[in-house]
Amino acid sequence: MLDNNQLLRFTTAGSVDDGKSTLIGRLLYDSKSIFEDQLEAITNTSKKRGHEGVDLALFTDGLRDEREQGITIDVAYRYFTTPKRKFIIADTPGHIQYTRNMVTGASTANVAIILIDARHGVIEQTKRHAFIASLLQIPHIIVCVNKMDLVDFSEKAYNNIVAQFEEIASKMLVKDIRFIPISALLGDNVVNKSKNMDWYQDAPMLHVLETMHISSDTNKVDARFPVQTVLRPQSNEFRDYRGYAGRIASGVFRTGDEVTIMPSGFTSKIKSIDTLDESLKEAFVPMSISMTLEDDIDIGRGDMIVRSNNKPEASQDIEVMLCWLNNTAAKPRAKYTIKHTSNSQKAIIKEVIYKIDVNSLNRNNEDKELLMNDISKVRIRTTKPLMVDSYRENRITGSIILVDDTTNETVAAGMIV
Amino acid sequence: MHVDTGHNFPETIQFRDAIINKLGVKLIVGSVQESIDDGRVAEEKGKNATRNALQITTLLDAIESNKIDCAIGGGRRDEEKARAKERFFSHRDDFGQWDPKNQRPELWNIFNGRHFEGEHFRAFPISNWTEMDVWNYIKRENIAIPSLYFAHEREVVWRQDTWIPNSEFLVLEDHEEVVTKKIRFRTLGDITITGGDESEADTLEKIATEVAGMRNTERGNRSDDKRSESAMEDRKRQGYF
Ligand SMILES: Nc1nc2c(ncn2[C@@H]2O[C@H](COP(=O)(O)OP(=O)(O)O)[C@@H](O)[C@H]2O)c(=O)[nH]1
Repeated sequence: MLDNNQLLRFTTAGSVDDGKSTLIGRLLYDSKSIFEDQLEAITNTSKKRGHEGVDLALFTDGLRDEREQGITIDVAYRYFTTPKRKFIIADTPGHIQYTRNMVTGASTANVAIILIDARHGVIEQTKRHAFIASLLQIPHIIVCVNKMDLVDFSEKAYNNIVAQFEEIASKMLVKDIRFIPISALLGDNVVNKSKNMDWYQDAPMLHVLETMHISSDTNKVDARFPVQTVLRPQSNEFRDYRGYAGRIASGVFRTGDEVTIMPSGFTSKIKSIDTLDESLKEAFVPMSISMTLEDDIDIGRGDMIVRSNNKPEASQDIEVMLCWLNNTAAKPRAKYTIKHTSNSQKAIIKEVIYKIDVNSLNRNNEDKELLMNDISKVRIRTTKPLMVDSYRENRITGSIILVDDTTNETVAAGMIV
Repeated sequence: MHVDTGHNFPETIQFRDAIINKLGVKLIVGSVQESIDDGRVAEEKGKNATRNALQITTLLDAIESNKIDCAIGGGRRDEEKARAKERFFSHRDDFGQWDPKNQRPELWNIFNGRHFEGEHFRAFPISNWTEMDVWNYIKRENIAIPSLYFAHEREVVWRQDTWIPNSEFLVLEDHEEVVTKKIRFRTLGDITITGGDESEADTLEKIATEVAGMRNTERGNRSDDKRSESAMEDRKRQGYF
């Protein structure tokens, strides 16, 4: 059902008033994903506020504060389905202080849609959005040049913006970028092809989203199985059963495979792979399974089972691109809990190597303070080894969060370099 | 745990008890009637009075007295606009309250379920499912569901644009008339606030087909959500599930 090929997750980024809410509203409206009672409620609100016609932006305005202030303040999720695909939209605000929301929305996205106002072109915020998308390794970026109606649907204006964006993107690692000129307000090139821009030959946005190939976005090569819990049923039927349960982070496991348990280093062979209903010969990412081994080995939560010929690095010192997410700044040498797959350890930030100015994208080697929304490269030391891959190779075994033990809040998110 | 408003569909209670029996687990009931009798809450007055809001106190009391760390529920983000912002692991403070503006960021598949004593979590594992996903899953895995979801003959009254089931708790107004219709329920709550749709869908296949063609939201018939534009958000802030 939530089949990976049928499901596409995308996030939207843009500055305030670039038209994100209108775009999502337009997408839902034109793809007939809006229910009649929602439409009625929004038509009423639009009338009350004196808009002529329906204000499409209202579809995505979730909470009361936002409705009152007229801005999006947190990540909101939307769902819609076309005959070809199911979509999850992480709608993240473009307001300056909300880098953290975009990072959050981007962490699970296949596609980032970056909006640019055709009148203003690439601005500082656009750079930040592109940078975060590349930092989080979102595999595909669609740049929508919006409000084309306000620049007379001019091909020249569009080409200028494309060139500006390509210039900044050339300094980043982005695998796949596409550009689409749109008018979210009028619907040009969102679901339906624009009648005002004959010069644009490619497909409208929805078609691009529906046909985009995303099956390569997960790591099917490196077999990694973080153990969540040990199953020892108390029933007669399963008296001798000792299964290691969890969700496969990447790759494929087959019965008979030679495996290594990390960090202990013991080796064994896979005896069985079990699910609630049946036993399997092979299991792969992202299945949740229970695995039994030929040998009795002491294994617990936080350990990782991997194939012996392809191991992650086990290390207590890791370099991380860290995004600070909390109002309280990082405390130098303070202890945090680091969470990585099913593993939790204590950790300290040993060194801030550099901070990135998200607007200029320059490195700052002097300023070592980590404040909310700061992105920096840091060195972290943990009390016990973590089994890590680089984030670029493995989104699951390459990501961490930091939890402040005094507040229990999630204060930072990091990508292992 | 079941928070029991006392205004139940008999079918819901039968189904609940059958599940408990089959799994051999312990059921905790938080009773709204007891909360009323103990003076913790007062019954609403007036024509559209319901026990919907009263549940909040009962739920929070039961969570506290049973020292529950995490209440797992089937809430989904596509149900309602305030739910669209829910985390998978949603923190509740000492007072059981939700602070939507100050939620813990949730990245990748790494969840932070740490809390202080007295606080708890609400976890929503199927946050990202849609109504259609739920029906496809029930069909594929052959999961038992209460008969109320299938179309059946029932005595109902037309009120607030929906078919409200006749029950001992329903007070008829002069112009209202009890009729028998073939209906089914898309969501189930307290019998006094749950409206049904006229339907012929009496099998899982027919329900899936019907849901695919729906032009109204699932909770559109829930009068508790309709009290104001932010009815759900206001209740959730106070601790509603
Ligand atoms: N002319 C024109 N106006 C647009 C377009 N898209 C959005 N707008 C307007 O720009 C304003 C901001 O849009 P909104 O969707 O709320 O922006 P957000 O802050 O990015 O969500 C609103 O007044 C929209 O009607 C467009 O394509 N053309």
